[in-house]
Amino acid sequence: MIVVTSVTMGLLAVAAVLCIVRLVRSGSLADRTVALDTLLVIVVCGIATYAARSNSGLFLDVLVVVALLGFTGTALVARFIERRGA
Amino acid sequence: MLTVLSGVLMITGALLAVIAGAGLQRFENVLSRMHAATKPATLGLALVLIGAAIQIPDPRSGVKLLLVILLQFSTAPVGAHLVGRAAYGAGPEMRGRIDVDELAMDRPEESSASG
Repeated sequence: MIVVTSVTMGLLAVAAVLCIVRLVRSGSLADRTVALDTLLVIVVCGIATYAARSNSGLFLDVLVVVALLGFTGTALVARFIERRGA
Repeated sequence: MLTVLSGVLMITGALLAVIAGAGLQRFENVLSRMHAATKPATLGLALVLIGAAIQIPDPRSGVKLLLVILLQFSTAPVGAHLVGRAAYGAGPEMRGRIDVDELAMDRPEESSASG
């Protein structure tokens, strides 16, 4: 299981780096919102992978909070873009 | 056997995340990037979390992971809809690339103003 979770963590790290590159180099606010949303999904996947690796459900409450906060943030920024433009 | 299954599920989900990262780099506008980015938001997350739920022996952890999957499946479409509509409203240059533009029918004053 250690090998599998290590491979999963590595793949997730590559995906996170790609998201961060898009986040830094993007042109518009909507681009950054999409990249941040994907980054939060990757963070949730990473925490779940760590839980599977350590066989403990200690961090799973964090997952619920991060998932909810991710949606709240995305919806908030989307409303902001729609009001302001750009 | 169950360990193998959970490993396959988790690696598949992580691969979906990598594909989404590549899509974020390769596609050229916001809507096509969202097309790539929303795959791990539902399917990839569900695969990784189900793999983790198989691996963790405590059934309460499984319930929590299931709750996260349900939350994500109910909120991800709403968030993507909001972001897509905001991107459409903010970027007029994108509207010429859309074949069927149903949002323009809802906003007749804007489409006539932009030509």
